[in-house]
Amino acid sequence: MNNALIDYILHLADTNLILAQRNAAWCGHGPILEQDIAITNISLDLLGQSRNFYQYAATLIGNDATEDSLAYLRTEREFKNCLLAEQPNGDWAQTVLRQFFFSAYLFLLYEKLQNNKDEQIAGIAAKALKEVTYHQRWSSEWVVRLGDGTEESHQRMLHAIDELWRYTGELFIAADYETAAGFDIALLKEDWMKKVTTVFEEAALPVPENVFMQTGGKTGIHTEHLGFILTELQNLQRTYPNAEW
Amino acid sequence: MVTASNISTQTIWKILEQVPDPEVPVLTIADLGIIRDVKLNGDEVEVIITPTYTGCPAMDMIAMNIRMALIENGYSKIKITSVLSPAWTTDWMSEAGKIKLKEYGIAAPDKRFTIPADGIECPLCNSTNTRLISEFGSTACKALYQCNDCKEPFDFFKCH
Repeated sequence: MNNALIDYILHLADTNLILAQRNAAWCGHGPILEQDIAITNISLDLLGQSRNFYQYAATLIGNDATEDSLAYLRTEREFKNCLLAEQPNGDWAQTVLRQFFFSAYLFLLYEKLQNNKDEQIAGIAAKALKEVTYHQRWSSEWVVRLGDGTEESHQRMLHAIDELWRYTGELFIAADYETAAGFDIALLKEDWMKKVTTVFEEAALPVPENVFMQTGGKTGIHTEHLGFILTELQNLQRTYPNAEW
Repeated sequence: MVTASNISTQTIWKILEQVPDPEVPVLTIADLGIIRDVKLNGDEVEVIITPTYTGCPAMDMIAMNIRMALIENGYSKIKITSVLSPAWTTDWMSEAGKIKLKEYGIAAPDKRFTIPADGIECPLCNSTNTRLISEFGSTACKALYQCNDCKEPFDFFKCH
């Protein structure tokens, strides 16, 4: 049994699941109907990707593991999602900025993983890459629209950068199990910074420098937010253990 | 009773070609290119399918509808296998499927992977004086457009 591989797949699954759960909270609350539909569509894609990873992890773990047991029966310390995914939705600026940071990261990550020696990971990545291409375009456009919009929307983007930037460093700092990826995740940082810089320039937003980067999520040390997310996400299984319908 | 001696993959394909897509019922799952292969393992029928989008909620229903169609036709040993690679693409959609889509009021995919801001042909009045309203529509596979001439909003089946 390859533990690093399992942990790595769970890390990919957890990050997508938590981000999907965050985005899904916009359902019925989006600023206009079309954007409400857009953010929930993105949520659905991320959920689908996380399901594929959980299903694969479950086959490797064996015993009675299923995608559901991995999503619903693990505790906060067992979740390996990046801290950025669990940060609160805040206002629309914060949500679209978080999505942009992630989409730019996932695009580069899946581009690499689609050639992974593990055929299942490669298959999921190749499929997910098509979906993330849409997410990246959509979220980039929103960052530009708000950054280079009104005085208020610009201020809101500045606030969002202030809230989220410190969680972006973790994306490129490898946890021990990320050896399973077969490449150094730190190598993606340069291209990610290029993408962010290009979009921020167009959006008239400053790229922060010398910010302390918060880490821990990949090894189960989370911000206080994850506990609340899981309480809601796992509510049914916690209240009625083993419930099925 | 259907036995191994009197079934062929061709017969199975004919049955599967009748199964409609739950989200866009004017298309069959064969039109969409969801069925990748049909195999006969002794008296077991194996249908290999691929999802359109990873989060497509219709996939479970599609698998069930395949099973039901085969059971109705007398097959009892059925295995449905889902594969991810090669990743599904709208290039696999049949030409017949694209015509049916248009008649149904949905603009068919046309090999451009980007979402054009305008120029998608309106399926109702054929004008190309149209504009994008949202890249994300009522289902994962569609974007929303509006025709500037006939003013009707319409779905565009995204290239993927």
